[in-house]
Amino acid sequence: MSKSVVEVPPKGGFSFDLCKRNEMLANKGVNPPSFRKTGTTIVGLIFQDGVILGADTRATEGPIVCDKNCEKIHYMAPNIYCCGAGTAADTEAVTDMVSSQLQLHRYHTGRESRVVTALTLLKRHLFNYQGYVSAALVLGGVDVTGPHLHTIYPHGSTDTLPFATMGSGSLAAMAVFESKYKEGLTRNEGIELVTEAICSGIFNDLGSGSNVDVCVITKGGKEYLRNHLQPNPRTYTSSKGYSFPKKTEVLLTKIIPLKEKVEIIEGGDAMEE
Amino acid sequence: MDLNMNVNAPHSMGTTIIGVTYNGGVVLGADSRTSTGMYVANRASDKITQLTDNVYVCRSGSAADSQIVSDYVRYFLHQHTIQVGQPATVKVAANLIRLLSYSNKNMLQTGLIVGGWDKYEGGKIYGIPLGGTLIEQPFAIGGSGSSYLYGFLDQAWKEGMTKDEAERLVVKAVSLAIARDGASGGVVRTVIINSEGVTRNFYPGDKLQLWHDELEPQNSLLDILNAPPSPEPMNI
Repeated sequence: MSKSVVEVPPKGGFSFDLCKRNEMLANKGVNPPSFRKTGTTIVGLIFQDGVILGADTRATEGPIVCDKNCEKIHYMAPNIYCCGAGTAADTEAVTDMVSSQLQLHRYHTGRESRVVTALTLLKRHLFNYQGYVSAALVLGGVDVTGPHLHTIYPHGSTDTLPFATMGSGSLAAMAVFESKYKEGLTRNEGIELVTEAICSGIFNDLGSGSNVDVCVITKGGKEYLRNHLQPNPRTYTSSKGYSFPKKTEVLLTKIIPLKEKVEIIEGGDAMEE
Repeated sequence: MDLNMNVNAPHSMGTTIIGVTYNGGVVLGADSRTSTGMYVANRASDKITQLTDNVYVCRSGSAADSQIVSDYVRYFLHQHTIQVGQPATVKVAANLIRLLSYSNKNMLQTGLIVGGWDKYEGGKIYGIPLGGTLIEQPFAIGGSGSSYLYGFLDQAWKEGMTKDEAERLVVKAVSLAIARDGASGGVVRTVIINSEGVTRNFYPGDKLQLWHDELEPQNSLLDILNAPPSPEPMNI
């Protein structure tokens, strides 16, 4: 079978040429600057009255922890939240984008958003970028059809599960879920199980750490428990406090109150068309 | 420090899928394992997806590609049904899958088995492997676990089986493949489609027959299933 290369004019759609070039460079040892990832442990489970999502709070740039308390549980709709693992910029951007699209859709239809809508919007976007948008998501929410929990992979495939984990700490968290999950958990049991799974990720995975965030979504509403558990406080804090020697000598201080420079007209006519 | 290897690896379905015709309809069967590299991302996935009321498709290969293809074909078939005014035939569904698979053969990595029942041709199975060929067969197998089933089905498939014989054959085949293929596992799901409608069945891993060198489960976590019942999940 002969292979001939025919020059065709480029069609529409995303061009992956630069992605291939980046891969080729990486193989030769030229690496792009490391970007901020959320190493992460994110989990979700369905309990008696709805869905509980959980996440750790560490963001890394290569081997460095760049944010010790970042927020990985993103708002999608009043009844839908999404945890994101992978490149932080990608997860933020894609969840923000779909959240806006959902709001427009709510205005058009006049109805509460459904989780499958968010799911389809996310999976279509991620599939179109063939995995280059590195966002692995756990999407959960409660709508008129009931509680839903889905995982979405960077290549655009989705799974619907009663309990799910994603991120580098997913194996540690899944081990906890597999041994302790059962149907019909109460709210407190669910929160405790989610916290335990995230802690398992925090302590056993290098890419996850710091605190535990939990979000409980039910038919009645949602409860975002930011820093629900903080198992990693600063161990040694100096009782004297910290003071840094002042190196720069102050020569002159001049303060100009703003009113001297700008004319502020008090009163005046109201704006008319 | 490559912490995100398992997150970014393409989500593929190791898989064993099978479709078999019998006297009066078809039986589709599949395992339930979805793997990301060496990790089982979903041990209870449903690889038999509905396209119309009477046509289902078994998916294998890349999970993302097969989900998107079946979503598009479901959408096209819905339009087609409205335009034609009657349920779509299995042949039309299979051809739509083939059109997408063949024209995008460089970008997609998915093997599909379309099976269903319509009033013109009865039960039909169409295999659409990797390159986008369309081939109508009395039985079709696919996925990584299918390698272990070619000989078995050549010997075991017979013309004019009854519905129960066909389903038993499908469950036995998937169970044999699960025993030998590392990328297949979990539960066995079957879908029976005939003139009366569609029946979905589910065979948990521990209910399957034990093959050579397989042991009885001991102190299995599946004992939780026999524990006292927990409260009903949420009802709206």
